[in-house]
Amino acid sequence: MTAPISVHDLEAAFSVGAPDRAREWLACARRQVARDRGELQMLFPVAARACGRAPLPLSDGWSTDDAARVLVLAAMAWPDLDELRGLYDHGDADEKRAVLLALDFIEIGDGGLAIVEDALRTNDTRLITASLGRHGASRLTPAAYRQAVLKCVFCGIPLAAVSGLDDRADAELAQMLEDFVRERSVAGRAVPDDVRSILARFP
Amino acid sequence: MRIFDPHIHMTSRTTDDYQAMAAAGIRALVEPAFWLGQPRTSVGSFVDYFDGLLGWEPFRAAGFGVRHHCALALNPKEANDPRCREVLDVLDRYLAKDRVVAVGEVGYDSMTPQEDEVFAIQLDKARRHDLPVLVHTPHRDKRAGTLRSLDVVRESGLPPERVLLDHLNELTVAPVLEAGCWAGFSIYPDTKMDERRMVAVLREHGTERILVNSAADWGRSDPLKTVRTAEAMLAAGFDDKDVDRVLWRNPVEFYGQSGRLVLDEEPDPVAESFLGSSVRRGEVGE
Repeated sequence: MTAPISVHDLEAAFSVGAPDRAREWLACARRQVARDRGELQMLFPVAARACGRAPLPLSDGWSTDDAARVLVLAAMAWPDLDELRGLYDHGDADEKRAVLLALDFIEIGDGGLAIVEDALRTNDTRLITASLGRHGASRLTPAAYRQAVLKCVFCGIPLAAVSGLDDRADAELAQMLEDFVRERSVAGRAVPDDVRSILARFP
Repeated sequence: MRIFDPHIHMTSRTTDDYQAMAAAGIRALVEPAFWLGQPRTSVGSFVDYFDGLLGWEPFRAAGFGVRHHCALALNPKEANDPRCREVLDVLDRYLAKDRVVAVGEVGYDSMTPQEDEVFAIQLDKARRHDLPVLVHTPHRDKRAGTLRSLDVVRESGLPPERVLLDHLNELTVAPVLEAGCWAGFSIYPDTKMDERRMVAVLREHGTERILVNSAADWGRSDPLKTVRTAEAMLAAGFDDKDVDRVLWRNPVEFYGQSGRLVLDEEPDPVAESFLGSSVRRGEVGE
């Protein structure tokens, strides 16, 4: 996934791709949460119905409602992490995904790690993918990061979606992946190509 | 033949059922929240159940090409348990979600004062969230329960065409249709209604505002009863258009009033597994 890097990128993609009604909804939603952040609870679930679910241009894998939700969250300050956690816990799968995507666009220090760890315990490939953006990938312990990468390979998630591999892949991860390749080969099953590029780095 | 089952409890069913349903033409369904067979003891138990109806279950359905929507509510039986009643406080948050196309099942079990109150509160929530309502009519004292439900609906001020009274039979259908509400019939192996009687009801009352469901759950029930009813209709001289009307267009029209029914796109070809459980039991990502 070629994720937008900054809120500015995301705004740009949204304003190119979103219909008028979506832009109006976003502007209105931002005003409402600025006035009363309690409004977010009811605004967050309706984003897809209000903005549509079309793929977002310039950002492979994002949809218009993903961007709308993230842009609302990015316009807010997050001094209370319980509030963000509540939004995630009470969200349906699309809302959870948006909270995970938003972690790269809001200022919360290490505060998103617990949400990332929750998403990594699921087997929902949409949530796992969204959890391994810059925020999650840079804060997981080395052991947790390796397990996350292995889980992606196991679930068929392309490693291009995983942040931080250039810096964080290590010999131990390569060993785990090599065992995985051996297991798959014995079973006569296909091995994803992107695994081989990591193995090549740690011969 | 395309079939929409407007009332089925898929959390109680297996993947074999999904496979058989998809093969028989069932492309969409609504799963209303109901009693689990075992009483719940806390609000948390409802919250996990609602999360499942909005997360794991639509995912499981999509794996078989079936569109899953749900109706959420505090069911009539547990409306009597003070430990469960607080779920009404979190319900609003859930009624705002995509894929929630009605408030339900609400209504009566034993017609207690608590049930009266919870029924009225939830009809008001339906009005505020602009959602249709699925009303369960009681197993015992059905005729009185149906008439009383119609009175409560009338008092609520909800437009009757936004209300479906379910589990009806030959004795309760007329007042429901006369009131302008939708009439639902659950086709069961032994109890409630069967296909033959259903066809007779359709002959007498026509196909307008009538819904047929399997109400399949953890009890003795059959998720293909919608299909069997369609076959019985054809055998009795109804044509394909009538079958499509009752088993597809009627449920689409009723739940479509929510504005949240999504049927135009094909269900996702499964992201292999979901939230810690794999449908395939083994590995994911095949």
